[in-house]
Amino acid sequence: MSDFDWGVIARSWPFLAEGMALSALLVAVATAGGLVLGFGLALMRRSRHALIAGPATAYVTVMRTVPLILVLFWFYFLVPLVIGRPVGSLASALIAFVLFEAAFYCEIIRSAIGSVRAGQTEAALATGMKRWQVMRYIVLPQGLKAMTPLLLNQIIIVFQDTSLVYVVALRDFMTTASVVASRDGRPTEMYTLVAVVYLAICFSLSKAVEHYAKARAT
Amino acid sequence: MIVLENVGKSYGRTAVLRDCSATVRLGEVVVVCGPSGSGKSTLIKCINGLVPIDHGTITVDGVSVTDPRTDLPALRTHIGMVFQNFELYPHMTALENVSLAQIHVLRRSRAEADRRSEQLLVRVGLADKLASRPDELSGGQQQRVSIARALAMDPKAMLFDEPTSALDPEMVNEVLEVMQALALDGMTMMVVTHEMGFAQRVAERVLFMDHGEILEDVAKAEFFAAPRTKRARQFLANVLSH
Repeated sequence: MSDFDWGVIARSWPFLAEGMALSALLVAVATAGGLVLGFGLALMRRSRHALIAGPATAYVTVMRTVPLILVLFWFYFLVPLVIGRPVGSLASALIAFVLFEAAFYCEIIRSAIGSVRAGQTEAALATGMKRWQVMRYIVLPQGLKAMTPLLLNQIIIVFQDTSLVYVVALRDFMTTASVVASRDGRPTEMYTLVAVVYLAICFSLSKAVEHYAKARAT
Repeated sequence: MIVLENVGKSYGRTAVLRDCSATVRLGEVVVVCGPSGSGKSTLIKCINGLVPIDHGTITVDGVSVTDPRTDLPALRTHIGMVFQNFELYPHMTALENVSLAQIHVLRRSRAEADRRSEQLLVRVGLADKLASRPDELSGGQQQRVSIARALAMDPKAMLFDEPTSALDPEMVNEVLEVMQALALDGMTMMVVTHEMGFAQRVAERVLFMDHGEILEDVAKAEFFAAPRTKRARQFLANVLSH
């Protein structure tokens, strides 16, 4: 045991914290941007007009079938070719995450909206409310409750996926830890730290999911 | 008040309404009855445009429901509707259920809306349930809240779609009593129901439907004394024998 040097964690902490900050930024932007865009896509997919629903369905299908790493590459290498100038690692990663996660949030929101009985909409429309008011005051508040566990689940997945940004030369928490591991020759300590941190964050999030699922069941 | 002319509606190849014409005058109570699947609910949901029709015309208080230029939300504000499964909003209290559309459609202040909601909930006998959520209320209580919710918009007419069908038998009367009081106050009402006792006490006219057609449109006394069609006689015999 004396071979371990846990002090490496303390010494490299500022660097690791930068990685953690990037991971947090990616999760926050992917979730916020993905929810907004996903909500728009969900509304489009619910449209009766094929011209509106079709493109949204196609988009969601494509994004859900390609790996995230491909979308990351794609934005990093292809978009600069198209627009004629580099976008930068961070911007391209943020855009890629938002566009990718939007497809998943779209499906979560769509199923949440679908879980609210049609009679609720009828009843609200019958009082003279407009469609957007029915969505805002009746359907979304009920749907949001139904989708909270799925949403938290998706956030866990996004957090785990942030480690993929190393492919566009960004340093998330996982990457910074692995840099320190090879620089200081301390892989055991660093990867143990990574495991513990991921475990702690994901475990508490999934506990929150369970808590919500139980609260809904009663 | 409510005029339907040659209303037709199909789902795919199945015709659910065939050439239905009827008139409900101001202050009149009309009961719509008939076997399950005869198109009663569809008919009543066409009147406020919840179900779009394929042909024919519907006007309410002189405003066409079928004209695409009609502001349907504005029209619906004046037509109260009560559903078989109550459809109260489960995430709100009884008071909030009744106040919501007053605030967002009639633009009443919250205080004003709540005052009106409280009056109405008292009127339907739920003075002590203002803060209860739907899942804390019995079926009969929920249906009375939903009647109050419809009345809160100061409707010119009320539509009832099988308001007692989802209720336990001992709760049917508390809802029918509220409806009867409303009829005595002069409300124009169209009621889809199997409650023939209610029809006999309250209705002025009875529409009998089967297979999407209005087979009878007659005064109450006439309907119960001597239905013209064989199917209406059979239906009455089945319903009244219970």
